[in-house]
Amino acid sequence: MAGGLALRLGRGTAVGSRAVSEPTVVRWLLIGITLLFLTLFLFVPLIAVFAQGFAKGIRVYFASLFEADALAAIRLTLLATAIAVPVNLVFGVAAAWAIAKFEFVGKSVLITLIDLPFAVSPVISGLVYVLMFGLQGWLGPWLSAHDIKIIFAVPGIVLATMFITFPFIARELIPLMQAQGTEEEQAARVLGANGWQMFFRITLPNIKWGLLYGVILCNARAMGEFGAVSVVSGHIRGMTNTMPLHVEILYNEYNFAAAFAVASLLALLALVTLAAKSAVEWRVARQLKAAQTAGREEVRHEH
Amino acid sequence: MARWSLKQRSVLPGFGLTLGYSLLYLSLIVLIPLVGLVLKSTSLTWERFWQVVTEPRVMASYRLSFGASFLAALINTVFGVMTAWVLVRYRFPGKKIVDALVDLPFALPTAVAGIALTSVYAGNGVLGRPLEALGIPVAFTATGVVVALTFIGLPFVVRTLQPILEDLEPEIEQAAASLGATRLQTITRVILPELWPAILTGFALAFARALGEYGSVVFISGNMPMRTEITPLLIIIKLEQYDYGGAAAIATVMLAASFSLLLLINVLQWWNAKRRVAV
Repeated sequence: MAGGLALRLGRGTAVGSRAVSEPTVVRWLLIGITLLFLTLFLFVPLIAVFAQGFAKGIRVYFASLFEADALAAIRLTLLATAIAVPVNLVFGVAAAWAIAKFEFVGKSVLITLIDLPFAVSPVISGLVYVLMFGLQGWLGPWLSAHDIKIIFAVPGIVLATMFITFPFIARELIPLMQAQGTEEEQAARVLGANGWQMFFRITLPNIKWGLLYGVILCNARAMGEFGAVSVVSGHIRGMTNTMPLHVEILYNEYNFAAAFAVASLLALLALVTLAAKSAVEWRVARQLKAAQTAGREEVRHEH
Repeated sequence: MARWSLKQRSVLPGFGLTLGYSLLYLSLIVLIPLVGLVLKSTSLTWERFWQVVTEPRVMASYRLSFGASFLAALINTVFGVMTAWVLVRYRFPGKKIVDALVDLPFALPTAVAGIALTSVYAGNGVLGRPLEALGIPVAFTATGVVVALTFIGLPFVVRTLQPILEDLEPEIEQAAASLGATRLQTITRVILPELWPAILTGFALAFARALGEYGSVVFISGNMPMRTEITPLLIIIKLEQYDYGGAAAIATVMLAASFSLLLLINVLQWWNAKRRVAV
């Protein structure tokens, strides 16, 4: 995801004077074209999701959400997310700790490897597990001899979700923790804190907003992933269907009202995600500003 | 510091534990499965591999996937530069909301984007109807594929460019203006050269993302063999025919393309960071 929290701080250079700005006509023309482009590609499709969901009335809308297969899909999506996000959170914190606080050989290679899942097509992310655990896969014969089902079952969906969301939290934390340096942790150690005390009292409070930001992004992707999950799921209704897969099935059955009703739930999740993300950015920007003003005050007092 | 050590000494604890855990988890979830994929494609003979990845239907899918991704990334570059400029430099009502909504393609599940775009751009859709009247059918054509890929790549150029534009020193522009440059000259000769690394990075990110995209495309494309099938879809088709070797072969070709792009993006970002430090 382009433009992490660390990159998006420090905005607002107001450029006012006429020599360094465009004529009013040009300004409004550019604003107009931009808004037209965003309307055609973003806003109209977003509104369409809700409009189509409610097209057959509010009763059909809610009936589509509370139908048994839809509820099963919602449960499975929540389950996969509830496993993938915490597991990737632990990994993200561990990887960021090793990478940001220590110097070692091969660090930049490790950072690139962590980013790999972003470069891989979602379809391939699912395929790798089919080739690993599927009936014709490397471990397939052994798994079927022991009656363990991973592909076309819930574990495969969880694995694919973990793969897809693998870099999100690590990627937010690494630049943040690198910027924060190691002085505070070193001080804690010198003053006698043990490793866990240092982590929970110093490191965690310092990274909490970045961590939350990563979790928000990771959660959105985990709930919405389609391609990778589609490859490993087997599309068994009520059993291995997540919400996005349920949307696909309903759509392909020409049950548009129901498809868009379930889709609108996911669109709502996307809007909540964007709101939460903006709130965290706003909060961090305000903290940064407060820290800067405090710094300036101190300088003034010293004079 | 011991000369043989791979790591510099530190008073901080947990290096072995966190690095060991990270490497283990990375290997189990990402690296070993990816290596397994490449190994699977070597189970084919070289002739068979070549035959699979150059089949006419597969070649047609490369043309569509690469061509549509390139076009979509190009559209996103032009409008992304404009959007970033408007969001950083101008004030207008609703700007904060527009700024937040630019990330919608990251947050909206691709399947939802796919069915929404299809319903809007289909022959009976809000935008599809007038476009069809003008003789431009969108849904179930290659144009539809470009539309979907434009949607999912939209935030990349904007978000790569925004921080660079915000950091640009106004003094440089004032200097150019006071030396007699027109506004257009200032933009093309002073501002734009500063932005090139970021623009290229954004383009490459959007292109890479579009190349692998599946969910938003398969609904709007109509999936007609030789005409509107993207390469990821062919992997799924092979898989549904239980042709694991064939699926792995096409996936290996795509992986090679993606990794080359990743390498290029890393070089571009390094160039970008170097320029930012220098400024």
